[in-house]
Amino acid sequence: MRSVLFLAVVLTAGCAGPLSTLDPAGPVAGQIAWLWWAMLAGAGVLTLLVLVLVAMGFGGLRPVAARVWTHRLGLWFSLGVLSVTLGAGLWVGERILPRGDAVEVTAHSFQWGWRFGHPDGMGGWIAAEGVLHIPAGEPVDVVVTSADVIHAFWVPRLAGKIDAIPGRENRLRLQADAPGIYAGRSAEFSGVGYAGMTFTVIAHAPDDWPAAIAALRDEAPDD
Amino acid sequence: MTDIPSPGQTAPADTRAATVHIPASPAQRALPLHRLLSQVWANDDGLWGQITAVSHTTLGLRFMATAFVFFAIGGILSMLIRAQLATPDGAFLDTELYNQIFTMHGSIMMFLFAIPMLEGLGIWLLPKMLGTRDMAFPRLTALGYWCYLFGGLIMLTALLFGVAPHDGWFMYTPLSSAEFSPGINADVWLLGVTFVEISAVAAAVEITVTILRQRAPGMRLMEMPLFAWYMLGTSAMMLVGFPPLIAGSVLLEIERAFDWPFFDPARGGDPLLWQHLFWLFGHPEVYIIFLPAAGVMSMMIPVLCRTTILGYGAIVAAILALVFLSFGLWVHHMFTVGIPHMALAFFSAASVLVAVPTAVQVFAWIGTMWKGHPQLHLPMYHILGFFLTFVMGGLTGVMLAIVPFNWQAHDTAFVTAHLHYVLIGGFVFPMMAAATYWMPLMTGKRRIKGLGEAAFWVILIGFHGTFFIMHLTGLMGMPRRIDVYPDNPEWIWLNLTSSIFSFVLTIGFALYALDLILQATLGKRESRDPWGAPTLDWAMPIPSPNYNFASLPTARHLGRDAGDIIVPLARGEGMLPGAPRGRREILVTSVGDATPDHVAMLPGNTALPLVLSSAICVFVLLMLASLYALAGLALLPVAALIWVWVRGMAPQGAMTPVEAAPGLHLPIHHRATTTLGQSGLMAFLVANGTLFSSLLFGLAFLSVVTPGPAAPPSAVSAAQVLPAFALLAAALVLALGAMGWRRAGAAWAGTALNLAALGAVLWLAVQLENPTAHTRDALRAVLTGYIGLHVLVAAGMSAFVADQYRRGEISPEVPGAWPSCNLWQRYTTAVTLITLAVVIAQGVIT
Repeated sequence: MRSVLFLAVVLTAGCAGPLSTLDPAGPVAGQIAWLWWAMLAGAGVLTLLVLVLVAMGFGGLRPVAARVWTHRLGLWFSLGVLSVTLGAGLWVGERILPRGDAVEVTAHSFQWGWRFGHPDGMGGWIAAEGVLHIPAGEPVDVVVTSADVIHAFWVPRLAGKIDAIPGRENRLRLQADAPGIYAGRSAEFSGVGYAGMTFTVIAHAPDDWPAAIAALRDEAPDD
Repeated sequence: MTDIPSPGQTAPADTRAATVHIPASPAQRALPLHRLLSQVWANDDGLWGQITAVSHTTLGLRFMATAFVFFAIGGILSMLIRAQLATPDGAFLDTELYNQIFTMHGSIMMFLFAIPMLEGLGIWLLPKMLGTRDMAFPRLTALGYWCYLFGGLIMLTALLFGVAPHDGWFMYTPLSSAEFSPGINADVWLLGVTFVEISAVAAAVEITVTILRQRAPGMRLMEMPLFAWYMLGTSAMMLVGFPPLIAGSVLLEIERAFDWPFFDPARGGDPLLWQHLFWLFGHPEVYIIFLPAAGVMSMMIPVLCRTTILGYGAIVAAILALVFLSFGLWVHHMFTVGIPHMALAFFSAASVLVAVPTAVQVFAWIGTMWKGHPQLHLPMYHILGFFLTFVMGGLTGVMLAIVPFNWQAHDTAFVTAHLHYVLIGGFVFPMMAAATYWMPLMTGKRRIKGLGEAAFWVILIGFHGTFFIMHLTGLMGMPRRIDVYPDNPEWIWLNLTSSIFSFVLTIGFALYALDLILQATLGKRESRDPWGAPTLDWAMPIPSPNYNFASLPTARHLGRDAGDIIVPLARGEGMLPGAPRGRREILVTSVGDATPDHVAMLPGNTALPLVLSSAICVFVLLMLASLYALAGLALLPVAALIWVWVRGMAPQGAMTPVEAAPGLHLPIHHRATTTLGQSGLMAFLVANGTLFSSLLFGLAFLSVVTPGPAAPPSAVSAAQVLPAFALLAAALVLALGAMGWRRAGAAWAGTALNLAALGAVLWLAVQLENPTAHTRDALRAVLTGYIGLHVLVAAGMSAFVADQYRRGEISPEVPGAWPSCNLWQRYTTAVTLITLAVVIAQGVIT
């Protein structure tokens, strides 16, 4: 048990990083990371199974029932494994959808940068370039748009990605468990400035968040 | 070797012989037969012979060799990518060049390596395996090759001049639109790839027809070698899969060239339409690449295990399921574009489900190994490499089909790793196995021991060293297609490791190529049928002669050890022995039972394919140079050459029946009910119909799904267009009626009526509203052009038939081009009526 824990710690440390999906910092990314580890374990077992069966194939002539291979293994066994996987995926998928009340912010992308909009509590929006401020511990919906080509909004430690498509509005649910700074970037190729198309998400303690936004208003240019 | 029965296990050879009884021809001396056949079937001498060659053996090998050269070029580009990514600040390439290089790496590997490689394999192998002497349309084989070569060279030349495509191999709009990609980079991709796709459609048409109509008599569908089933599935997918890509490319090129908005959201277009059309092709494409590879696995594994394939019927069912399912899961490339979540669940389930038929095949192959006695020859090494690599790639594919995980992994290095596992595991390893397996038939040489095994191990280690760790790189957040990562030191060791092993991988491929070259040049002579295979491809001398079989195998020769039937076939005991009439003759059989139907005479060596593809190349280059008026003129020589091409199929010479076997007199194809040419036209119309459906899909998608601005009210009233509609419909329906009459007068009437219809199309064209204003008008303009082109061709075909009457080529027994003309007229009338109905419905609704 202790060695398993140790292994887990080593694995997690090895997988840490500002953009690592394996180092989740919120429930949405956490759910997906859990799904990944489960699928990895299953895939490992299946790969071993196939390789052992292939190795055993070198054992020499023996009577073989065709239907065992094509129907039981090929059809029913794979259908069973796949149904479980699909079920787990749908279950996680339902839980990470943008449902119910959430704080709404906007992310407007362009070649090559991000402009974020924060609600000022009076129906207006306060803009910030390159930095998105959110409250920690609360669900946040990001409404993602694009000014030119297709980009994608991605903060790997908080949630999966969603595309920013000209002419459309997309919505992504994310949540940070604790206050902190989280790295984000575009994940859709957009031309020569693509590599540098990064941004930062700052999660504030819920009580500090309105003040952080108010401070933005004072900094913001009058455009 | 006697324990290897027929490929299909259902009917032993003697019962099959009873269903299609064909008496044996008397034995002759083999050498004179060989000399006569060689004279008739050989290529011309020297370099000119390479230009005029239409032989499937020559062209199949040339397709594969050219594809391998492109594989090497694509590989060199991948080395540049890995060199750039080995360090975080990668000062090796500038970003613009890097973007061109990764775009070209993907485009070359997909369009200039994988697809032509499988086409070449099918073209080279299928006639031998099915027991015939060539593909159904030898000139088309050559045309496809030249289009492939010229298209590929256009793209390579662009790379040399630094104007190669740079928007990624799936060319997403609006990044690839004129606004964000000025310059010819994107045009090079759109025009170059579409040019190359002529060869894909051509290959798909002739592979379909060859498999359905040229099987040895008695080789029923459910008894043909599994490779033929796989290629039939592949060609069906190509007929339906490539047209959406071609439609998308044409629309995007029109948008770039003439500013007609299809993908511009400000004018009612939608960037997602491109993604739908691209992935409607792009996902089946993965199975188009995988199926032929699985096909060669299904042929090699039983032979190398000294047994028969396990679960023939289940594998055929799995192929059909794959063909069907693969068209229902393109959206899994678009899980992050913001699609309603019920649709996500549906496409996720479909994507997961496609793993089932794949699993059926994998387990059938392993079961075959259990059933037999596997021998560790060199091809078996690569087959084992396939199992290890492809299973892992398949499993990561299932993971990517799970939507929540996809939202994290999409567009990261994880996907790069996955697709290389699938493509190298599922295509390159089987192809390497196939090349080592069939090398003796290609070259007549035995391999040099040791080098091949060493190459295998270096490739295996290099591959997994490069790509296994790349899954982790992606999960740690590295997106694909970035060139520097100065803020992410945690990716350095991952990328450096991949880069180092990628050079190991390259060394492995170089060793592999060296092994093949040494075998071809220095190898000792191999004996016939070296593997003791039960299929017809080995029932011939090695290296295979251009005519394949001195006499064509019949039911008596099927399912037997190839070594036992080489001599009887070489001595002329099969059908159509030799070439007594000095013509290239093959046997055409029925689709289901493969009963002998007629004898087809194939065209001989000609430079026409090169001339025609050069004319098309001129058109493509003028389009690239934005000289659109000149490009339009360049279509005149193309049309003239097509006329010359079709004239080459006109009835001439003796029309007497041929004694294909003692007492069995068969008509020649000019008097046959359904010729190969008509079957080919039907296959082409399937592809054409899919292209038309893609346009209608675009129209429906843009009217229903796209959120953009509504079309401005139409300035043209119904009263203005309805007379033209009525004239168009009436003329085409009357033309169809006239064709039922089959007289010279009917051909002239058909020509006149089609010209009247063309007039109606032009009348509509001048009433079209400005196609740059809104996507509705742009689509109407495109549909008008589509119909105009078809009516023009229909007029040309009627005129061709009228010309045949004038020359006296048509008689009550010899229908000439009538059936094809009729088929085209029916198609043209149908698509025109459908389009008119759709446009009227659209006008009524809005």
